[in-house]
Amino acid sequence: MATATSNPSVEAPATKLPRGSVSVRIEPPRGLFNLHLGELWAYRELLYFLVWRDVKVRYKQTVIGVLWVVLQPLLTMGVFTLIFGRLAKLPSNGLPYPVFYFAALVPWAYFSTALQKCTSVIVDNQNVITKVYFPRLVLPIAAVSSGLVDFSIGFVVMIALTLGYGIRPTIATFLLPVLILLAVLTALSVGLWTSALNALYRDVSSITPFFVQFWMLASPVAYPSSLVPERWRWLYGLNPMAGVIDGFRWALTGHGQPPGPMILVSAAMVMVLLIGGLFFFQRMEGNVTDRV
Amino acid sequence: MTTVIHAEGLGKKYRRSLSARRSDTLRDAFTNFVRSPLAAFRPPQHETFWALRDVSLEVHEGEVLGLIGRNGAGKTTLLKILSRITRPTTGWAEIRGRVRSLLEVGTGFHGELSGRENAYLSGSILGMSKREIDRKFDEIVAFAEIDKFIDTPVKHYSSGMYVRLAFAVAAHLEPEILLVDEVLAVGDINFQKKCLGKMGDVARAGRTVVLVSHQLNQIRRLCHRVVWIDAGSVRHDGPTHEVVSAYESAMASDGTSGRVSLRGPGTKAHFIRWELGVSPGRELHTLDILGPITVKFILEVQQPIRKGHHGIVLHNQDRQVIWGSAIEPLELEAGQHELSHTFPMLPLRPGMYSWLVSLWEDGEELDEWDCTPDMLVGTEVHQHPRDEWNGILNMPARFEVRKDECFGHDHASAHSTSPQEH
Repeated sequence: MATATSNPSVEAPATKLPRGSVSVRIEPPRGLFNLHLGELWAYRELLYFLVWRDVKVRYKQTVIGVLWVVLQPLLTMGVFTLIFGRLAKLPSNGLPYPVFYFAALVPWAYFSTALQKCTSVIVDNQNVITKVYFPRLVLPIAAVSSGLVDFSIGFVVMIALTLGYGIRPTIATFLLPVLILLAVLTALSVGLWTSALNALYRDVSSITPFFVQFWMLASPVAYPSSLVPERWRWLYGLNPMAGVIDGFRWALTGHGQPPGPMILVSAAMVMVLLIGGLFFFQRMEGNVTDRV
Repeated sequence: MTTVIHAEGLGKKYRRSLSARRSDTLRDAFTNFVRSPLAAFRPPQHETFWALRDVSLEVHEGEVLGLIGRNGAGKTTLLKILSRITRPTTGWAEIRGRVRSLLEVGTGFHGELSGRENAYLSGSILGMSKREIDRKFDEIVAFAEIDKFIDTPVKHYSSGMYVRLAFAVAAHLEPEILLVDEVLAVGDINFQKKCLGKMGDVARAGRTVVLVSHQLNQIRRLCHRVVWIDAGSVRHDGPTHEVVSAYESAMASDGTSGRVSLRGPGTKAHFIRWELGVSPGRELHTLDILGPITVKFILEVQQPIRKGHHGIVLHNQDRQVIWGSAIEPLELEAGQHELSHTFPMLPLRPGMYSWLVSLWEDGEELDEWDCTPDMLVGTEVHQHPRDEWNGILNMPARFEVRKDECFGHDHASAHSTSPQEH
């Protein structure tokens, strides 16, 4: 039995703390240009722990864990090969169908899960964001980062598959990280908009899957982008995932066209979406905590 | 003394949209737009209310400041603004020092993860660095008293273990400024005391603490200064005893103080205070033994009472009647009386309880008092650790096992798990 720590005469201690170096000013939200991006760096460990949580929970909850991560794109690849390849006989830039589809499905699967996770990230973490402060931007960034673990597993399978079909990687393989970064930024830039919107209108997260499905049809996942008429190609490039997927196929196999001006259009598009998304997210931030 | 928190004219306006215009989903927003497209361009009609209004405040380094007030008075809103969870609508505040806030037990806990994993996760969310958690990890586990289960997923924890771990993490935060909301209301009493002890250490270490609590004893024990928030504004700001007494007397006299306090005409007799018959120096309203225990109600009688009737009821926090009784007839002379009830045992599970006493004469109610303060029960627990199995009585039971050939023998080997009385 613990004794009561009764202390009838509480007096302020005389000791002084060293002057706190951090000083925060709390004010009503104002202005547009107040991103506090520097603060994110101070919270990099939290970002790490949130990603770590997502990954841990994901692999603890699914019984077949890692296997599922591999099976999902493999099965889709099988179906695509059968329907779009063997039945519809769509061109594949001279690549074996399994390689052609798998090289697109791995980045696409990453993008679609990352975007959907990102969309619901604010609502999913509402019990935390209403109880403790941290830059809210950490959440969407964590959401798009945690998908990279699944992606790496798929990536290893993809390399094995390409090698299995006797396709030797070219020097262009070194461009893959840039393409991956572009995929991450695409998911993040769109996710910033959708996550903030989802906190305001809850059905945004149920619309996202349809949106993602249409997006897939607008990306060269099931078909090569060479099917798109040359004069519309620049417009096609406005879809950043088109550049990413085309680039992936090319960088892995050396087949197809190297990403030309199209990927520059993609990158520019992502930048516009990202900067807009950052401001929109930041602007919604205050509202979001009061609404969720 | 250095000021570490300075707030000036803080206000927070919340909007309650009028129901017809409220769109929580895109579908609603769309339907509303289709129904009355012009409405989208009219300024939206909202019912606004100020959760906090023009609150100015200074907290000095090393000070422990208590925030008291009724539910919905704005204490939590103030704490949320100071901890940057929500932005103020008006005013500003400046805070110097590392701020950590504790608004909930187990912030960021995930059921699927083990105790170890949650300690890291929650610690990190509350603002600790990984190195800090590494360094304090053993201490955290020891404080939580869960070393055997540290690698078990917390979804298998009893509520007590869960709370202990959550607190252990929180207790090892080392902020310069700590903002705490009513989190100590959960957990068993012994652990609460341990946490209070730890918080006392924090206060003594010269850290600044802002604490919201409804438990006035806690406030009295810990705080140097108290701010009473009423209807979103500061009603009283001053030394602990002064503000708490003012608050208490306001609550006692105020009919709308949360619970209904019925008062009879009160001219002939009225209850003044209540206390437990405990040895001097112990808390008068904290029950920490099973029994025997005497509960005393002090009654001031103006005119002699002939055919008196005295009712008494014990409520738990959910206002369920735990026990009730009535005594009659009762004859009382004018003057102060002590009505005492002695219980051989009060097997109550830890928590807050309240007494309700009444006095009648000839069918006429002289006084009915919903006693303040509440009674805090902090008896040693003799129940199953899991909430679904422990029930409402905190009863020690003697357990024996005897083999059938020993029945009837006096020297049967008895195995007793009865806990020790104090």
